[in-house]
Amino acid sequence: MTTAAATAGARPAPTAARRFRDWWANPWGKPRFLVLYTALYLVWSIVPILIAIRFSFNEGRSRSTAQGWSLRWYVDDPDLSVWNDPDLRAALVQSLRLAGLAVLITVPLGVALAIGLTRWRGRAAGASRYMSLVPLVTPEIVMGVALLLVFVHVLTFVPLGTPAQVIGHVTFSIAFVLIIVRARLLSIGPEYEEAAQDLGASPWQSLRLALLPMLTPAIVASAIVVFAISMDDFVVSAFLSSGTNTDTVPVRIYGTGRTAPTPALNALATLTLVITLLIAAIAFLLWRIVQLRRGRTGSTLQEFAQLAE
Amino acid sequence: MAKQHDGVTRRRNAFWAALALPGVVWLVLFFVVPFYAIIGVAFGTVDPIFGTPIPAWNPLEWSYEGLDVVVNGLVSSEGAFRTVFLRTLVYVTVAVALSLLIAYPVAYFVARYGGRWKGPLLLGLIAPFFISYLMRMLAWINLLQDDGWVNDVLLWIGILDQPRNWLDGRASSVILGMVYGYVPFMILPLYAFLDRIDRSLLEAARDLGAGPFQAFRLVTLPLSLPAILAGVVIIALPMFGDYYTPDLLSGSPKTSLVGNQINLYIQGGQQRNVGAALVVVLMLMLAVLLAYYVVVTARTQRRLHG
Repeated sequence: MTTAAATAGARPAPTAARRFRDWWANPWGKPRFLVLYTALYLVWSIVPILIAIRFSFNEGRSRSTAQGWSLRWYVDDPDLSVWNDPDLRAALVQSLRLAGLAVLITVPLGVALAIGLTRWRGRAAGASRYMSLVPLVTPEIVMGVALLLVFVHVLTFVPLGTPAQVIGHVTFSIAFVLIIVRARLLSIGPEYEEAAQDLGASPWQSLRLALLPMLTPAIVASAIVVFAISMDDFVVSAFLSSGTNTDTVPVRIYGTGRTAPTPALNALATLTLVITLLIAAIAFLLWRIVQLRRGRTGSTLQEFAQLAE
Repeated sequence: MAKQHDGVTRRRNAFWAALALPGVVWLVLFFVVPFYAIIGVAFGTVDPIFGTPIPAWNPLEWSYEGLDVVVNGLVSSEGAFRTVFLRTLVYVTVAVALSLLIAYPVAYFVARYGGRWKGPLLLGLIAPFFISYLMRMLAWINLLQDDGWVNDVLLWIGILDQPRNWLDGRASSVILGMVYGYVPFMILPLYAFLDRIDRSLLEAARDLGAGPFQAFRLVTLPLSLPAILAGVVIIALPMFGDYYTPDLLSGSPKTSLVGNQINLYIQGGQQRNVGAALVVVLMLMLAVLLAYYVVVTARTQRRLHG
């Protein structure tokens, strides 16, 4: 610094205040405050869950202090563990059942809806597009009440319990499939199908052979999202449940959380989380295998990341 | 697209309409019709013996007794619903404001400075979506117990002399729960919008002599307004219907929200028309927010992909 000042000869050495201001105002400097803030946020966001998972392995009954390590609440305890308590086990099974059915129905329905709505022109099409986005912003209690009342007073051929719950899950998940597939569709564009049709394919064939293979990352991503949403759903499942035997895991947690909770609840929640993550991982890996078989060795993760754009 | 003669485009259009048809029919049957079911029960009557609701489908036969109860409860100064609606408004406003304060810097950081770390960071931000809302509340119930870690830490620091009961009906616990639960839902839309802000505009501002805070205030903040509005609407709407957070984190009617009242009247079974009328009133109040969101989303999608 002094040499520069001596050579320039015109300016005095910068004061400490001036140097601090330069460091603070540097637009290409590292954003130290934001890094810290984001790190704190991530910790605050994830750590309580990790603690809850830790307590699910408690040896004692406490849900608020650490008490040893054991699988007691998962399998060992003869009455209260997830494996042995019929209510908890039924809840897990019901959650899986609903999630599986929801995926099987929502994905084909949603993909067809997305493709149709994107390409369809006309006022009815516009109205349908708006209507299909509304479930996303409707408070869940409104949907729960609406579906409960409709199945009790209007569409009485649908019994409460699993059929009603599946319909509820499909109805609010379809908008997510719509968004994911539609975004991908808009970025693919119509050229590939047009090329296929120039080569003689019918609209249906060009859809099946040209478009659907390109949509597969979006379809797989939608399936994962629908599964996760369905496993986590609380309000609609609670309103449309026909009793304890059609309660899902979140409904069970809500019901038992205030009466006589044991770490078995933590265990149940942990199991649900693990299953959801496993299914997502399996779907992703299966897709990767299919890609490799087709000879496409590019990064599958990149393809999924592009969906986020 | 090359212009083709009318017969082909109309047939092609019908093909796409047919593809969308099953989904549209499903949504009409299981989304639009249920809304009318709410209206039918809200403006219906209640069987005097069994207490079951008798819906009125014909607008000419509508009874306003359900709506009367709700409006009286809202308007009169000792009305039960007035306190609840005001309380809900306060809680939601505070929770949304706190969520914005927490979410904006994080979203801004990931959008602007993410770079190499964007992938893992986004994964960290998306993780809460895979964790059930109830499990996240369960985690906080565990932490807020009398012998839980929150009390432990506060005692150790010295802020408290003895363990405080956080779960007995405190607004702060409920608001904390709501913020914790809904913040991830705000960060992602915020991030998506902030990501699209042209960085060169910011650099131009700095080149023209603006200090860092000035550049933020005059360039970034105005450009992030659509992002902030979207984020606010996306979490405010579900928050207005939240009833499980107060139920779990506070057993007391002191923190009863609109959702709790609706749940009470519907599940209680005796006065479902009042519950349905409450839903109607709530939806009317939210209709403004709803309409705004749908229009803005459609416009943005068109702008980005049109």
